[in-house]
Amino acid sequence: MKHLLATDGLDAETATAVLDTADELKHTLLGREVKKLPTLRGRTVITLFYENSTRTRVSFEIAGKWMSADVVNVSASSSSVNKGESLRDTALTLAAAGADCVIVRHPASGAAHRLSGWLAEAGTSVVNAGDGTHEHPTQALLDAATLRERLGSLKDRRIAIVGDVVHSRVARSNIHLLHTLGAEVVLVAPPTLLPVGVEKLPVTVSHDLDAELPAVDAVMMLRVQAERMYGGFFPSAREYSISYGLSERRQALLPDHAVVLHPGPMLRGMEIAHAVADSPASAVTEQVRNGVHVRMAVLYHLLASEGAAA
Amino acid sequence: MSSRPRGAAEPAGQRELLSAGDVARTIARMAHQVIEKTALGAGPPEQHPVLLGIPTRGTPLAARLAARIGEFAGTEPPHGALDITLYRDDLRRRPPRALEETQLPPDGIDDRVVILVDDVLFSGRTVRAALDALRDHGRPRAVQLAVLVDRGHRELPIRADYVGKNVPTARAEGVSVLLSETDGLDSVLLRAPEGDTR
Repeated sequence: MKHLLATDGLDAETATAVLDTADELKHTLLGREVKKLPTLRGRTVITLFYENSTRTRVSFEIAGKWMSADVVNVSASSSSVNKGESLRDTALTLAAAGADCVIVRHPASGAAHRLSGWLAEAGTSVVNAGDGTHEHPTQALLDAATLRERLGSLKDRRIAIVGDVVHSRVARSNIHLLHTLGAEVVLVAPPTLLPVGVEKLPVTVSHDLDAELPAVDAVMMLRVQAERMYGGFFPSAREYSISYGLSERRQALLPDHAVVLHPGPMLRGMEIAHAVADSPASAVTEQVRNGVHVRMAVLYHLLASEGAAA
Repeated sequence: MSSRPRGAAEPAGQRELLSAGDVARTIARMAHQVIEKTALGAGPPEQHPVLLGIPTRGTPLAARLAARIGEFAGTEPPHGALDITLYRDDLRRRPPRALEETQLPPDGIDDRVVILVDDVLFSGRTVRAALDALRDHGRPRAVQLAVLVDRGHRELPIRADYVGKNVPTARAEGVSVLLSETDGLDSVLLRAPEGDTR
């Protein structure tokens, strides 16, 4: 594995290898006072974020540091991007400065893919930390890790992805990964929040959350991405909440073993009720915890071996 | 008792160094040596050594050694496994490896005598990685090394405290330790050169 740009096309074997590595890393570090492994000593990892983020950037930074890599954070607002430097020039500068891996978040779909092309000659790996409405593969991997932990296996499990699917790179990455790992995915959203071409995705579609809940093993709530909405996608926050919010009443419809996920940040009261977000069924903080181990596993598979560059 | 008559019906290019019976006897002898050297049985349980096998085959070897020590000394020392993958210095030269399980005794390894157990001692780099890994798990009182086969060709100043069998080898030859837990039978084989497999 040279880059991690998308889960679309990621084969089950590689995905499982990353998840197994994450499991072992979690087990290895459990209860240890010194959470540091020498594996990536001397490697330089740069996070290049053109969008705000807390959990993803911090998670990658901690993952890199726990593997002993040198981690440098670059955010667009405090770099030469502010002076008008292009993504390509910024990337080439980082590669020339010695980056072994660039972790990029960008508002434009496809940015990570373009970057990997520009950096091919320098041999720098690229990890997509979210590009526009396209993909966010490490989020899908950490969701899968959390589901595997709670449910044992993803094979033949039924997972509902609920809410703003059209703007959600998390949803897109999860659809592909969950399908690859053998799960059945149902999208639950109003028609205005479903992407064009949804019929080509390996999913079923529903507009009735109440009807779906009793038969699912997990429900993945999405954030309503107001910053990406340039029109009326639903009449009001209250109506959205009534139709697609995960309330306590709705939680009661779920099977006892069902897991509730949310990629965060959560809009409590609208997408998910306080009581549900803090209930034992909710795996929101586990998702963040697993995120570090999954990102360590990704960096390990990308950077531990120069032989893997082929 | 041997799994097959020595020298008979062996695949071309390999010679059996230890039969199943030899492996059992060797482990028994090593168990006695551990008891003697660590004065096991004389001290309280918290002073017993901790046996940590290095995956893959060091793990069952550590379990077997601990069981034999238990039979001879009347008290079985704790044993576990120490995965050293993330501490190897040759990671960059090879494709990423799958990680194996690390299992330490519940009381940890602080102030204990830790005996690292592996199947073959060759360059010494695995042991160096294990020493680095141990340091991240605690501070043992002392670290010793037990190996079933020492085949020479050290690249680091490391030697074993307990050696099942010393086997002079050519660098290009291979030594395969087979154990019933992982391979279905006990045997140690010397393989003819197939190019430098280091």
